[in-house]
Amino acid sequence: MEALLASVIGLLSAVGIYLTLRLRTFPVILGLTFLSYAVNLFLFTAGRLTLNAAPIVGTTDAPADPLPQALVLTAIVISFGMTAVIMIMAIGGHLQAGHDRIDLDEDKA
Amino acid sequence: MNHWIIAPVVLPAFVAAFMVLTMRGHLELQRIASLAAIVALNAIAVGLLWSATAHGPEAYFLGDWPAPFGISLVLDRLSAMMVALLAFVALITTLYAIGSGWDAKGAHFHPLLQFLLMGVGGAFLTGDAFNLFVFFEVLLIASYGLMIHGGGARRTRAGIQYVAFNLVGSSLFLIALALLYGVTGTLNMADLAAKLPSLPEGDAALLRVAAVMMILVFAIKGALVPLQFWLPGTYANAPGVVAALFAIMTKVGAYATLRFVTLVFPTDLPATGTLIPAFLLPAALVTLAIGALGILGATTLPRLAAFAAIASMGTAFLAIAHMSPQATSAALFYILHSTLATALIFLVSDLVSRRRAHLRLDVASPVAQNGLVAALFLAAAVAVAGMPPLSGFIGKLLILDAWRDQAFAIWPAVLASSFLMLLGLSRAGSLLFWKPSEPAETAEPAPHEPLALTAAFALLAMIVALTLAAGPVTGWLDGTAASLHDPAAYIAANRLEVVP
Repeated sequence: MEALLASVIGLLSAVGIYLTLRLRTFPVILGLTFLSYAVNLFLFTAGRLTLNAAPIVGTTDAPADPLPQALVLTAIVISFGMTAVIMIMAIGGHLQAGHDRIDLDEDKA
Repeated sequence: MNHWIIAPVVLPAFVAAFMVLTMRGHLELQRIASLAAIVALNAIAVGLLWSATAHGPEAYFLGDWPAPFGISLVLDRLSAMMVALLAFVALITTLYAIGSGWDAKGAHFHPLLQFLLMGVGGAFLTGDAFNLFVFFEVLLIASYGLMIHGGGARRTRAGIQYVAFNLVGSSLFLIALALLYGVTGTLNMADLAAKLPSLPEGDAALLRVAAVMMILVFAIKGALVPLQFWLPGTYANAPGVVAALFAIMTKVGAYATLRFVTLVFPTDLPATGTLIPAFLLPAALVTLAIGALGILGATTLPRLAAFAAIASMGTAFLAIAHMSPQATSAALFYILHSTLATALIFLVSDLVSRRRAHLRLDVASPVAQNGLVAALFLAAAVAVAGMPPLSGFIGKLLILDAWRDQAFAIWPAVLASSFLMLLGLSRAGSLLFWKPSEPAETAEPAPHEPLALTAAFALLAMIVALTLAAGPVTGWLDGTAASLHDPAAYIAANRLEVVP
């Protein structure tokens, strides 16, 4: 399971980084979203992978670590909010400027 | 437990929410509420400064959960000093925004400013690494709103770049936190400091990766080369008054770096050792060079001010990279000075921009109220370049003195960059104020804004006061630096529970 999760995180990061380096705002936002998925999964694994274990001491022999789950929840909420903000700004920029290039070079727009 | 420690976080949060809910569209009410809250914040900050000096580090446990299980805020001399600096800069920028009418150019200027204060104040006070991430996000999301305040296509598009850059930074921060938690099982900064020395040998590599990523994130915030690309576009396109407030936001990067390299990753930690200063030093030198060259080559005054901000961060990181109490004290003095100086040059650049037909640095267009604004520009330029008689000179002198052991390498770099900055600032000043080719009658009509000018002069007065009080201030900062490099009291304040 470790290998599967590691490769999924790697794949998501690769896709995220590739899209973040694109020239238009929409792929960049998609890339940032992929990146945040990868990071959230990675954060989740910080408490080690446990199968069939509740995050409550005493219910199983080796309970899951509850803290990374709380951290992931916070990170998800924050990245969701940030994505909404950059989405609104991208739409605003697109409507005002008439194009959605990410660079500030006006002449080539 | 001293409940005042959480006041710099709670007060702006409540005031901001209250303003959004009850004063929507009432600019006058918002101005009064915002100013009252910031004056109160200044009073609280002075009280905290006194408390931290008199009683040493003190922790505040949220919900009374003991550290490291709950989140703790820690007030020590450094965090109290940064909160006081934040409160003062916030007061100046609010007065300037009201005086110049910037806050009327879009909705929600004052609530966003309060949320920014909450985020920056929280980042200075928190004693928990994940909580530091949360406060970073709070200050960033408020800064996104402030950055595009007033609107305009170019400003909005510069804002998108800024947000995208910082979202990547947040991802790096989370990866670093996950690695830290993975190897130590804690994110309380004092607990990390206590646990890291006994880290098993096999986890050292992971810890090094976490440390480097953490410093990278702070380098993004602090605009350290090669992660400074976001700053000129953002600060030059942000409203001038917002850019002046952002002068303290870049210092959050310097503060967090200082906190982590003295508390969590000190040079005597076997796993990281001198890894962090080894790459902070060259990065700081290149940052300084790029800032100086940027000032020399800037085509508009806001861009010049933005590169001045980069150069000041280079100088501050240069002092941090020495990792000795003497250099840390110099870094703190320079952080105090450069925050005020950078804010001043952004305010002056905004004053000039609104008294001229266009932004370009050329001889074509004269400045209204030439003498007054020129005098302010001269003072700001002296402060930014680090020339006597203002406090930048003292700050740079202290940094040069701390680097006496490697004088051959460091001194020429600092002195040459100061010379380039002086050259660039003189060039900009003479183009703007001495050589307008059109007669002065063609100048834009001078806006009547006594409050804005008062705010700028109050900032200058604070720089003069810092210069005059340099002796007592450096004495106090020496004590602060000594307690940073011997964090036993900071760790003890957290009253860490012993985990069986």
